[in-house]
Order: sequence, then structure tokens, then C-alpha cells
Amino acid sequence: MSTVNIKQPDGPDIQVNLREPYIAAILAWLWPGAGHFYQRRFTKAFIFMVCILGTYFYGLGLARGRCVYVSWKENDKRWQYAFQVGVGAPALPAIIQSVKTKNGGDPFFVIAERWPKDSAIGADQFAIIKDRSKYDTNEPIIKDGLMAPPFGKVELNNIDTLGAWHRDLQHKFEIGTLFTIIAGVLNLLAVYDAFAGPAIMRDEKKKKRRSRAEKRKDDEPPPDDDGKEAELKQKEDKETEPVKKSPGAQKKGPKPRSQKRKRK
Amino acid sequence: MDELLLGSIFDARFWYAVPMIIAISLVYGATRHEYVPQILKQSVKAGIWVVMFMAVILVLILVADRFI
Repeated sequence: MSTVNIKQPDGPDIQVNLREPYIAAILAWLWPGAGHFYQRRFTKAFIFMVCILGTYFYGLGLARGRCVYVSWKENDKRWQYAFQVGVGAPALPAIIQSVKTKNGGDPFFVIAERWPKDSAIGADQFAIIKDRSKYDTNEPIIKDGLMAPPFGKVELNNIDTLGAWHRDLQHKFEIGTLFTIIAGVLNLLAVYDAFAGPAIMRDEKKKKRRSRAEKRKDDEPPPDDDGKEAELKQKEDKETEPVKKSPGAQKKGPKPRSQKRKRK
Repeated sequence: MDELLLGSIFDARFWYAVPMIIAISLVYGATRHEYVPQILKQSVKAGIWVVMFMAVILVLILVADRFI
């Protein structure tokens, strides 16, 4: 059991019971919101579960279950999975599918079947071939599995399975990939929250104001010693100031040379 | 201004950003605070920030498209 005391910028300090933070973090990774549910932080568990899983499954649905897969083949290094797996268990079937199809095996959860030369069935359709007598049975059937890597080699100059997915799904494949990546990254934030509590930040405006006030204080000169320096300055100013002459004072003073010459 | 580019703003693909912004801002807010009113407040702030950032990028792209 561990309780974290968190200072709030506007309000009293709050105590958050994180129970066992390591267990909570693992649960939070495994299923978004599960770690918070374990910590009895139900509201946050609900928010994380709905937002993260909603984003993930929406993206997966857009790409018809094909945008999350594990592959390190030539021309298809699927680095995106490193972020997608952040969502936990919902992304783990991709590893099982990768192992299953590694040596040409059929994937689990087949969502579409087609012959290589048959473009009638697109990747955007859920279709299983029922009447196999129409086709040449010697040719391998392309099977798209849920979260399974694309069948066969990925070639740059020929239309392969991955190319067919892109052709049929168009932008949805990329947007689905983006959604699932973001869901994975968001879940990492949730894992941190389950492990260490909320990362409460002070209000930025207040922070700026405080830093400005502190800077002003630093720029100002230190207070004078008994006001002696200020008195000295005043005296110096009085000495250097030009003496204002009144009109009467000009008459009383010595006359300019030009006037003296005129009188002579 | 490129009509195609401007047209793409109102294309259906543009609206994919809406659920994403909502999800991101809510999760961000929830990782910063513990209680719902503060979470919602932070989420609105984060959402506005994201929208403004996207708007700035959009303007930059439009300007680049116009002059480059």
C-alpha cells in the first residue's frame, strides 16, 4: 500500500491511494483503465477505458482489423507496432498471428479469403469463399486474418497483399494506423498515472507571474544603509542642477560688455 | 489559394481529427488531475491548444501553398 500526497495549486492537498503501484501499472498497461479500477479510482478508470479503447478499436475498425500486425519482412518493417502495443492486451493477438503465419500457416480469425488473381473481393469486405469448385484449387488462397501480417512477400513493383489492402482501404488504413498508435501512446500516460499518481502542474499563468515578480525583485538594487546613500545622491543632484534665474536677478547682475560699449 | 487544399479541409477525412482531439485532451486532463471538474477544465484547455496548433499549421501550409 502506498499513498501519495499531492499538492494542488488551487485547493487543499489530496491523498491518492495507489495500493501496489507496480501491480497497478501492469494492469493499466494490460487493459486501459484496469489499473485505476484496481486502485478504486473509478472515474479515471472509466475515462481511460472509454477514450483509449475507443480510439484503438475505432482505428482497428477503420482498417478492417488489418492495421495492427507484427512484421519485420523486407519492405515491410512494421515499427508502428512498438507504439500500438502500448495499449496492452488488445494488441497482443498480433504477436500470436505473426508466429502462426510465419512459416506460411493460416492465421486465426480469417476475415477475408481470395484467390491471388481475383480482385473481386476487396480488403474492405468480410468475405469467406463458400464455393471453392469455381477456382483452381492448386493455387494458394490468400487469407487475411484479424491482426495478421499480409500474406506473402511485399514487393515494391508488384501488387502484393499489402498493396491490395492499401488499394481497397485507401486512406482508412493509414488513419487506422494513426489512431491505434495514438491509443498506445495515450495508454503509456495512463500507466504512469497508475504508477505515480496525477502529474499535477501549477497553473502556468500563475507560474509566469511569480517568475516575473521574482525577476523584478532580483533586478531592483538592495535597500540602502540607513538612507545615507539616498541623501548623498540628493546632494549631488542639487549641485549639478542648473540654477534657475529669475528675471529680476538678471537686472541686478553685471551688465554684458555690449551694453557697456554703447554707453561709452 | 489552392481550391483542392481548401476543399480538403471540409472533406470527410478532416473530421477524423475530432474524436482524436477529444480522446487526447480527456486522457491528458485525466493524467494531470484527480477530480472530474479539474479534469474537464484541463481537457478543454488542452483541446483548445491542440486546435489552435492545428490551425497555425494549416495557415502555414496555406501560405506555403500560395507563395511557394
